[in-house]
Amino acid sequence: MAEYTLRLRRYSPETGEAPYWEDFQVDLDGHRSVLDGILQARDRTDGSIGIRCSCRAAICGSCGVRINGRPNLACHMHLDKATENAVDGIITVEPMGNMPVLKDLIVDMDAVHWKKIQRVTPWLLPDGPDPEREHIVAPESMIDVTQSMACIQCGACVSDCLSMEVDPLFIGPAALAKAYRFVGDPRDGQHYERLKDLAEDPHGIYDCTHCFNCIEACPKGVAPMSQIMRLRRIAGSDHEIDDRNNGHRHEQAFVKNIERNGLLHEADLLPDSYGGKFHPRAIPVLTGSLPAILKALQRGKVTPRKALLHSHKAGDDVKRIYKHVHDKEERYELNLYVAGEEDEPGDDAPQAGHADAAGSHLPEERSPNQ
Amino acid sequence: MKVAYWPGCVSRGFTPELHGSMAKVAPLLDIELVELDRASCCGAGVIAEHNQELADTLNARTFALAGQVEGADLMMNICSTCQGAQSECQERLDGNTEYREHVNETLSAEGLSYEKGLANKHFLWLMVEEIGLDRIASMVKRPLTGLRVGPFYGCYIVRPTDRLGIDRDTPRDTYLHALIEALGGTVVDYAGQYKCCGFPIITMNQQASLKQAGRHLGDALDADADCLVTPCPLCHLNLDLQQPLAEKVVGRPLGMPVLHLPQMVGLALGLDPKELGLSKHVVKPTSVIDWSTSVLAGVPNAA
Repeated sequence: MAEYTLRLRRYSPETGEAPYWEDFQVDLDGHRSVLDGILQARDRTDGSIGIRCSCRAAICGSCGVRINGRPNLACHMHLDKATENAVDGIITVEPMGNMPVLKDLIVDMDAVHWKKIQRVTPWLLPDGPDPEREHIVAPESMIDVTQSMACIQCGACVSDCLSMEVDPLFIGPAALAKAYRFVGDPRDGQHYERLKDLAEDPHGIYDCTHCFNCIEACPKGVAPMSQIMRLRRIAGSDHEIDDRNNGHRHEQAFVKNIERNGLLHEADLLPDSYGGKFHPRAIPVLTGSLPAILKALQRGKVTPRKALLHSHKAGDDVKRIYKHVHDKEERYELNLYVAGEEDEPGDDAPQAGHADAAGSHLPEERSPNQ
Repeated sequence: MKVAYWPGCVSRGFTPELHGSMAKVAPLLDIELVELDRASCCGAGVIAEHNQELADTLNARTFALAGQVEGADLMMNICSTCQGAQSECQERLDGNTEYREHVNETLSAEGLSYEKGLANKHFLWLMVEEIGLDRIASMVKRPLTGLRVGPFYGCYIVRPTDRLGIDRDTPRDTYLHALIEALGGTVVDYAGQYKCCGFPIITMNQQASLKQAGRHLGDALDADADCLVTPCPLCHLNLDLQQPLAEKVVGRPLGMPVLHLPQMVGLALGLDPKELGLSKHVVKPTSVIDWSTSVLAGVPNAA
C-alpha cells in the first residue's frame, strides 16, 4: 500500500465561489486507478466530491477527466503511472474541457457532446423497405468502420479539441467519428446526403485543424481525426462535393500544385483554392490578403518574380506516380488499427484495404496509460 | 555528421529565412547538408487527405532518395509539418510489409526502393539526440542571457506521441525547453505552447484560425515572453506573417517576434542577425535584437 496525493479541482456553482484546488491523501496500491483514489477520498474524507462513474473497467465512458492536464478515463490510469507524469508527484485531476462544469469533476455532456452526436443523425438510414429479417452484409465490408465503432462516448476528444476551443460550433471529433461509422456502413443509404450536410456546414468536416489532439486523447484508439479525413476523402473524391469552407477546392488546388511543381508554389495556392486568380470568388480573398502579401514583399520574404514564377517543376517521376495512383479504379488504403502492427518484417499480418481486409484481426486494445 | 537534408517547401517559399539560417548554422555544428533536390512536397497531410497511397508513395520516394545519399547518417528536416506528415506515411510503410512492397513496386520504375526503418529527424531532435545539448552549450558565443523565450512546438512534432517516438526516455516534447536553457535563455511557459497555430484552416475558417494564433501570442505576451521560437515554418506563417490580422481578430496589439529554430541557435552561436534573415520577419524582433550593435536586448557587451 502506498500513499498518493490527489489534487482535485473543486467547484460547486450553487455556492457562488470560484473553482479551487483541494488535496486529498489516499492509501492504495499503485496499480489501482485514479478513480479508485477519488472514490476513496470521497468515502473517507469528503462525501461531497463530485465524480461520474459506473463500470470502472474503461468501457462505459463515464469517468472522463483530465489527469495531469491530459484527458483520460479516471479508471484507465494507474496511480503509480499518474505519479510518474505528475509535477512534484502530485496527481492533478480536473474536469474535461470544452464543456460546462456542473460540479467538481462532472461536466455537462448533454449541453455539448450529446448535442453534437445528435447533430450527425447517429442511426442507420437504409434505402428501401426493411428486409424481412436482418440486413445481410459481407463481414469484410464492415471492418473499415470497426475503429469508429470502438468509441465509448467518453468525451475525451471533445475535451481537448483545439478547433472547438475557438469555434464552439464545430461539430467536433466524437460526432464526426460517429458520422463516419454510418458513411462507412454499406447498409446505410444516405451517404451522399450525410456528407453533403457535413461539408456544407461551415463548422463541419473542413473546420478540423489537423492538431492530432483527439488522436492523442482517445483511450480506445478511435483516432477521430483519421475518420474526419476519411469523410473528407469520400466527400471530395467520390462525391465531388464542394463545400462552403472551400476545403475540397483547397485540397484539389494543393494536390494539383504539387503535381505541377513538385514543391508547393504558395503564391498559386490561395487563388487556385478559390477557382483561380481571376475567379470572382478569389477577388475578395486576394484583396483581403493584400496587406500580408505586401508586407511579405516589403520584408523581402518574397520577390515579385518569385511570387509570379515558380522555377521548380515536378520531375517526370513525380508525375508518373500521380498518374499511376490516380489511374487505379479503387483507392488503396491501409488502416493499421485494422491490420495491426507486424512483429517481425515479413510476417503475414493481414492487410487492410477496402477489398482485401477479410480475415483481418483487430489489434489488442491500447494498453492503459498509453 | 552528414545528413540527407529535406528542407521542405515553405522554407524555400514564404519563409526563405529558415532555409538560409539553417545553411548558416549547419557548418558551425559540423552538419554537412546534402539537399534532396529531387524529392517532392511531403503533402502536409493534404495529399493524404486526398489519397493516402499517393502521399505514402511520394514520401517513400523521398525516403528512398535519402537512403541513396552516400555516407549520410540519417535524414534531417527542418519543418514540424514535414516531420509529422512523413512520420505518418512511414508508420504505414514500416508497419506492413505487403503495403511497403506494393508502394515499392510503383517506385521500381525509377530504380528506387524504400527500406524499412529510415531515421528521419527534425533538426531539433538531431541537436538533442545526435549532437548533444552539452556540446551545443559549449559552442555558445552569445548566450541568450535575460532573453525570455516561449517555445511554440506546433502539433505535428508532438502528436501522436506513439507515432513520433515520444516517451519518458525520449521526451521530444520537451526538447525546445531544454535547448532554450542550453543556449542560456529563460523558458517562458504559457497556455498555447503545445496548441495549434491554426494554419491548416486559414483558407477554410479564417476567423477560427487567426483566433488560435492570436490567443497563443497573447498568452505568451501575458507571460512576459520576449519572443517565441518555433520548429515549424507553417506555424511561423500564422504567428508572424498573419500576426497583424490576428491582432484584429483578438482585438489587442501583440507585437510578438517569432524566431525560427535555426535563427535562435545561430544567434547564440554568434552569427549576425541579418545573416540569419531576422530582418525578413513581419514582426521585427526588436525585443531580441538591438539593431545598432547586433546584440541581444538586455545583454550588455554580449558577442
